[in-house]
Amino acid sequence: MANQTNSGNERVDLAYRRRKNAEEMRHQMIAFVLMILLTLIAFAAVGYEEFSHWFVVPFILLLAAVQVAFQLYYFMHMSHKGHEFPAMFIYGGVAVMLLLVWAFTTVVWW
Amino acid sequence: MSTIARKKGVGAVLWDYLTTVDHKKIAHLYLIAGGFFFLLGGLEALLIRIQLVKPNNDFLVGGLYNEVLTMHGTTMIFLAAMPLLFAFMNAVVPLQIGARDVAFPFLNALGFWMFFFGGLFLNCSWFLGGAPDAGWTSYASLALDSKAHHGIDFYTLGLQISGFGTIMGAINFLVTIINMRAPGMTFMRMPMFTWATFVTSALILFAFPPLTVGLIFMMMDRLFGGNFFNPAAGGNTIIWEHLFWVFGHPEVYILILPSFGIFSEIFATFSRKRLFGYSSMVFATVLIAFFGFMVWAHHMFTVGMGPIANAIFAVATMAIAVPTGVKIFNWLFTMWGGSIKFTTPMYYAVAFIPSFVMGGVTGVMLSAAAADYQYHDSYFVVAHFHYVIVGGVVFALLAGTHYWWPKMFGRMLNETLGKITFWLFFIGFHLTFFIQHFLGLTGMPRRVFTYLPNQGWETGNFVSTVGAFFMAIATVILLINIVITTVKGEKVPGDAWGDGRTLEWAIASPPPVYNFAQTPLVRGLDAFWLEKMEGKKELTPAEPLGDIHMPNSSFLPFIISFGLFVAAFGFTYHNDAGWGLPVGILGLLITFGSMFLRSVIDDHGFHIHKEEVLELEKKGANA
Amino acid sequence: MHAEEKLTAETFPAAPERATLEGKNKFLGFWLFLGGETVLFASLFATYLALKDKTNGGPSAEELFQMPIVFMATMLLLTSSLTSVYAIYHMKNFDFKKMQLWFGITVLLGAGFLALEIYEFYEYVHEGHKFTTSAFSSAFYTLVGTHGSHVAFGLLWILTLMIRNAKRGLNLYNAPKFYVASLYWHFIDVVWVFIFTVVYLMGMVG
Repeated sequence: MANQTNSGNERVDLAYRRRKNAEEMRHQMIAFVLMILLTLIAFAAVGYEEFSHWFVVPFILLLAAVQVAFQLYYFMHMSHKGHEFPAMFIYGGVAVMLLLVWAFTTVVWW
Repeated sequence: MSTIARKKGVGAVLWDYLTTVDHKKIAHLYLIAGGFFFLLGGLEALLIRIQLVKPNNDFLVGGLYNEVLTMHGTTMIFLAAMPLLFAFMNAVVPLQIGARDVAFPFLNALGFWMFFFGGLFLNCSWFLGGAPDAGWTSYASLALDSKAHHGIDFYTLGLQISGFGTIMGAINFLVTIINMRAPGMTFMRMPMFTWATFVTSALILFAFPPLTVGLIFMMMDRLFGGNFFNPAAGGNTIIWEHLFWVFGHPEVYILILPSFGIFSEIFATFSRKRLFGYSSMVFATVLIAFFGFMVWAHHMFTVGMGPIANAIFAVATMAIAVPTGVKIFNWLFTMWGGSIKFTTPMYYAVAFIPSFVMGGVTGVMLSAAAADYQYHDSYFVVAHFHYVIVGGVVFALLAGTHYWWPKMFGRMLNETLGKITFWLFFIGFHLTFFIQHFLGLTGMPRRVFTYLPNQGWETGNFVSTVGAFFMAIATVILLINIVITTVKGEKVPGDAWGDGRTLEWAIASPPPVYNFAQTPLVRGLDAFWLEKMEGKKELTPAEPLGDIHMPNSSFLPFIISFGLFVAAFGFTYHNDAGWGLPVGILGLLITFGSMFLRSVIDDHGFHIHKEEVLELEKKGANA
Repeated sequence: MHAEEKLTAETFPAAPERATLEGKNKFLGFWLFLGGETVLFASLFATYLALKDKTNGGPSAEELFQMPIVFMATMLLLTSSLTSVYAIYHMKNFDFKKMQLWFGITVLLGAGFLALEIYEFYEYVHEGHKFTTSAFSSAFYTLVGTHGSHVAFGLLWILTLMIRNAKRGLNLYNAPKFYVASLYWHFIDVVWVFIFTVVYLMGMVG
């Protein structure tokens, strides 16, 4: 009853779901490879002394943001249906985070 | 099960309340504990006013005055106002959305006991050397300097414990409202109080973590050698101020939005008219919450953040007046053309509008950063926030008490005594705080324990103290009213006021343990009113009568919270005594041990059978 | 569907974590909790950023942080995130044994991470970077330590779930519990991504 994909035939249904799960797992695997890649690039960018830190800092922050998006949308399934409220509250938290970081890095200046 | 029918011994009742996970009983617990702390905070207020009744008074001198002042503010905000609002949320919100229970009954109980033990711990400081004395804001520069006793440690640890409880309560309400609404109860059909609870809970979820972090830093600095706020080691006391106010400003909306919700219910009910501009009310609530997060630094205009930061926060603050104004006009238009019934709750609601608007106007004055340099740290600020918090929140709490008392306890509070309470409180409130605007404008500083004669402040302070006693007498009369009602008040039917609009009035007072025998079908805003207008006496059920699933009672919430209470003592004294660290660890073991038990013991709840439900329903109808 | 019903692969729902009302509540409530946790860590990060240069004569971030150990810790935790994804994949396929296996691997990787972190802290203390040294050190240990204690709690939590349910297999009562624990584990990883970027890498850049 909770299977949205109910075709009436349980066996067909199961095969379909297995395939779907496997496909999702493949996506997650790709996401993982990309995450490792992003991490390597971030470490390399810092390890390579020639880059100015004006380039490196925003660059690795961007990589981190992309990586976290992979975690949230693929590993934590936020791309699935029924995650509207979770998304709303995570983005709410992120908004407060940006506000706090902005305040603590600009108006706390003593 | 049939707790309503059977008479039980005191021990059994006590055990029942210690282990309950029923949101209606947890509401009683919040009401009792919050009410107790409200009396305590009120008593502290009286002591403050007695000290200030004349110049050079020596009733409460120096340090002791600071302790009473700090505890008055801390108690009123954290241990009185919020828990009392939680009492109404627990009592009413599940009923208003047509739910049998909350989403997390166990967590709900845990939240209450955390708050209770946190508050208890904080107040233990009175008997153990001295209470916190750095103001309710506990600015680090003062708090780190308060070394005579452990007062501040009681503050940091006590508020951490009760803060965890509050966050749990918030998550519980959010999930309850999102997941457990009855069929047909869309978001835009939810009663305003439920909407306010929803938005408030979201605010709590985002506002309490910064406070928790601030308190952890303060605890680290005072007890474990941290350097967050210690300038000598590179620390920065301003960080505490930011963290505190990132929490502290949303906190005032956490208090006022549910109060707005309570008044919205009362205005509609006793004007016997649909709430004017419902959707704009919802929008305004969300907007206030949204802005509420971007204005915290208006408490810090004089810190020296610079003109740009001050200007941004000033403009954002002024913007909040707009949605608030929308609400005020909506309430006025709700009354306009309505067939108004002046009951006690309605008295408070009507008195709330001018009182709160005055607080709002001084708020806009204070938000002008340049002018704030003049008002800052004067009695003008004291007058301002008492106008919004007493004129808004406390009025709402008193109104809510009279409005929902019949629903919660099945008996009507005496209306005559209620109106006497109102008049005394209303007059006392304005007498106390109106004059403080002028004391502030003529330069009287806040938080100072005395003043000199011939500065023009004698009369003002005397009047203010007289007013405080009016409020005290009003509170005593309310207590008498409660006792009389409990002993011989008249029993009331489900729709106690006869004009109920929302679902809670459609079921017996007090409601049966399962709330709704059949989950109702909601066909519009003010669902019960709609049915009544069609000549029906009951709601349309959305399901056939069947067995009802209920959660099991548990003693674990009490023990989990008690463990933290023990741990807090241990860590407070771990630098002074050898027993400190072991006791602290023991407390944590109790807490985590009982959490472990909760995790490994299955809890499937139980069922109330159909026949039993039918029997209870018959009894409820006769009562 | 009843929470304790014996299920087969065919009758097991596609989203077992949300098949019962309890599951749905748990799922949503936990996500909301993570929203709150986001703000908690945000406060710790913001404070760290405000205090990171206040070394009070103690060692600075640039002098302290070593890339190899941070890199190793990062790889361990990222991989453990993937293994817990595998565990949930097998949960959805109603393969209890494989789920337990992958959760077991997750726990081992997590324990490895924790061991590295403890070793790292031990080293720092020996280099004169104690909790009480400076505002920087207090902020560093509180931020990274809070994350570490989350890892430790997550390990104990997943382990408890694995042992408690070892004999009875999957049902709709424990599926949401496993699912939520894996969400928690991913969230720990999310926080770590920011820690290795903002604390370590940015610290090494100077």
